[in-house]
Amino acid sequence: MRYATSIVSLGIACFLAVLAAAFAHDAAFAKHMWVLAIVLVVGVIALLRQVDFQPAPAVDPSAYMDGPIRYGLIATVFWAVVGLLVGVVIALQLAYPLLNIEPWFNFGRLRPLHTSGVIFAFCGNALICTSFYVVQRTSRARLFGGDLAWFVFWGYQLFIVMAATGYLLGITESREYAEPEWYVDIWLTVVWVAYLVVFLGTVIKRREPHIYVANWFYLAFIVTIAMLHIVNNLSMPVSFLGSKSYSAFSGVQDALTEWWYGHNAVGFFLTAGFLGMLYYFVPKQANRPVYSYRLSIIHFWALIFLYIWAGPHHLHFTALPDWAQTLGMVFSVMLWMPSWGGMINGLMTLSGAWDKLRTDPIIRMMVAAIAFYGMSTFEGPMMAVKTVNSLSHYTDWTIGHVHSGALGWNGLMAFSAVYYMTPKLWNRPALYSMRMVSWHFWLATLGIVVYAAVMWVSGIQQGLMWREHDEQGFLVYSFVESVAALHPYYLIRALGGLLYLSGALVMAWNITMTILGHQRDEAPIGGLLPSLQPAE
Amino acid sequence: MALMDKHAIIERNATLLLIGSLLVVTIGGIVEIAPLFYLENTIEKVEGMRPYTPLELAGRNIYVREGCYVCHSQMIRPFRDEVERYGHYSLAAESMYDHPFQWGSKRTGPDLARVGDRYSNAWHVQHLEDPRSVVPESIMPSYAFLKTTPLTDGDLSAHLTANADVGVPYTADMIENATADARTQASADADTTALEARYPKTKTGDFDGDPQAVTEMDALVAYLQMLGTLVDYKTYDETGGDR
Amino acid sequence: MDYHFMRTFADSWGLLAMLAFFVLASAFAFRPGSKILSENAARIPLKDD
Repeated sequence: MRYATSIVSLGIACFLAVLAAAFAHDAAFAKHMWVLAIVLVVGVIALLRQVDFQPAPAVDPSAYMDGPIRYGLIATVFWAVVGLLVGVVIALQLAYPLLNIEPWFNFGRLRPLHTSGVIFAFCGNALICTSFYVVQRTSRARLFGGDLAWFVFWGYQLFIVMAATGYLLGITESREYAEPEWYVDIWLTVVWVAYLVVFLGTVIKRREPHIYVANWFYLAFIVTIAMLHIVNNLSMPVSFLGSKSYSAFSGVQDALTEWWYGHNAVGFFLTAGFLGMLYYFVPKQANRPVYSYRLSIIHFWALIFLYIWAGPHHLHFTALPDWAQTLGMVFSVMLWMPSWGGMINGLMTLSGAWDKLRTDPIIRMMVAAIAFYGMSTFEGPMMAVKTVNSLSHYTDWTIGHVHSGALGWNGLMAFSAVYYMTPKLWNRPALYSMRMVSWHFWLATLGIVVYAAVMWVSGIQQGLMWREHDEQGFLVYSFVESVAALHPYYLIRALGGLLYLSGALVMAWNITMTILGHQRDEAPIGGLLPSLQPAE
Repeated sequence: MALMDKHAIIERNATLLLIGSLLVVTIGGIVEIAPLFYLENTIEKVEGMRPYTPLELAGRNIYVREGCYVCHSQMIRPFRDEVERYGHYSLAAESMYDHPFQWGSKRTGPDLARVGDRYSNAWHVQHLEDPRSVVPESIMPSYAFLKTTPLTDGDLSAHLTANADVGVPYTADMIENATADARTQASADADTTALEARYPKTKTGDFDGDPQAVTEMDALVAYLQMLGTLVDYKTYDETGGDR
Repeated sequence: MDYHFMRTFADSWGLLAMLAFFVLASAFAFRPGSKILSENAARIPLKDD
């Protein structure tokens, strides 16, 4: 019988969750365990409906395993819409505080939902599904470990659901971008190790002598995230059946551990992993090899070498010792070089194919993604310089910076990978509509520009208002005057987010129609090229 | 070039590539981070720091739960405007019992590192119930539900024990009396001698203005009112710091 | 192994050793004879799907 072991283990897990709810040490844990039990029951029912007693169809060991990738792609699109939607909601909450609905939907609980939703749910699913896609095709081997890839996919979705519902229930460690509590962290560790096994196993059994550089980036991303996640989340639970834990570190040490994690979550989750995407999908879409393969190798070592040191720039002028701050600053500035090396490498891959910018909106999206990568990796080191940081820190400038990176680089890169993979994964001749890709591109780009520009203005104004003294040497503005001054910017920011979200909705529609097998009746982009006349 | 040929091996061997990357990222991190863990011995000695009382700890947990750190920092930088606005710049030692730290990264609202004693209890309660009734331009969400939610954080002794396990010097005496201490601190007319012996400079009183019950509002206000009040800067010697 | 020793090591020899590693890795990548190897490697994604 198919799914027998899955159904039995899910059933047992469900029973244990109900037990944990019954004997919970605190009310939040009980609620969270009920959520878990309900999710698992849904899983059992879904599996039971698919049971059949035919012998399992034989698996062709030479064919690629694309099932989890198809699911991962759908999850990527789904979580993108959810994460962006929550972002627009909390942006509006800052403009209109009446939109806070206490206790579950207050800004303080929704903001981690937005950040985790975008980083871990959207980008995480994009990373897992593209890495499975790329590693098989550049290794010419089927995913290692059989159904383990399915475990990675569903286990990761369970992590997302538990983290998200936990935030709304007030279950948080308060470590930015690592908010889930200890038991959810342990679950993620299990899933992540399985992910490493699948990925590394596939690389090891490859039929290509060389390991393609995209896989280096993916591999570094997977191992480094494992290390960061485990160290940063070391904590002492209050009870085996309780939601609360206390961090193993305190004060300065805790702060440095958290920002060592936080910065490298950006460096390895949102940069190294996405560079893996860049080094596969850009050459594929442009149909040309990467500009300089050797530069990509240097890009790799320089990036992983420099990034890991840069964390302290999040703690400039705090109680962290000065030497650590300076070290963090120096490495952040040096990081600018490999980042731009990578950007140039990506852009130059298109040299000789620039005409495709006019006709292929996916290439256009990729170029924009690389350009935003270059822009935010220039802005980042600049903000890590202590004098700039003294103004920018604690202000909206930081928010603008992360959004030009997340929306511009990560968002557009993931979207273009999704557009590239969908027709291939579902055996469709092409996307439902290329013109809708173009619409998505313009909505997204406009959204990012509005967002980033308005946050610069808002952040710098905020920073200047805080530090302005009059002739007598008194502070000119009270804090709340700076809050009131930002209202118009917060409104425009929400508009930028809305534009970006609407682009994602256009994508969701386009992808859905492609999967369903439709083709939109439309004129090709760039007009009909004059057909070449055969020479007489 | 024997050495040069070796990179070809790395390029072809997945395990070596894995180990190589891991080595680069761990060594870089360790070299920079490890010294901080030896900082404890040399950290500036500051008079007055003590572990949180059980009620303050419960309040701190509510602060964490509601994500206050998302909008409020607790880290004053040594700049003229910040020192004028918020008080003496923050010292490392002031967060030595903070598991986890609450320095924050964004000031959508003002810094709270020294908010203690700046406002009355009644102001805090009113502000948390309806922020715009006291600060019309505020964009803070309201937290009225705290006042109607009784403080039931499981067993407070277990929370103190967990903190003691990660290095906070809670004594057996403190752990044993945790729940009673929380109740004592939140009541207007209890005998607080034992509590103050265990936790010097403790503020007591009916924080939320409701003598009937110990609520989450009591705990959160007790926490806010002690922030930044433990170190006496009139007697603090600036030259002793190790930065 | 006290704090001062480690912090001095971190911003001097530790730093230098890591830098040396990085320079070596870069030299590896541009070693003579790697051009053909890397050109072949760059073509991996462009072979069939």
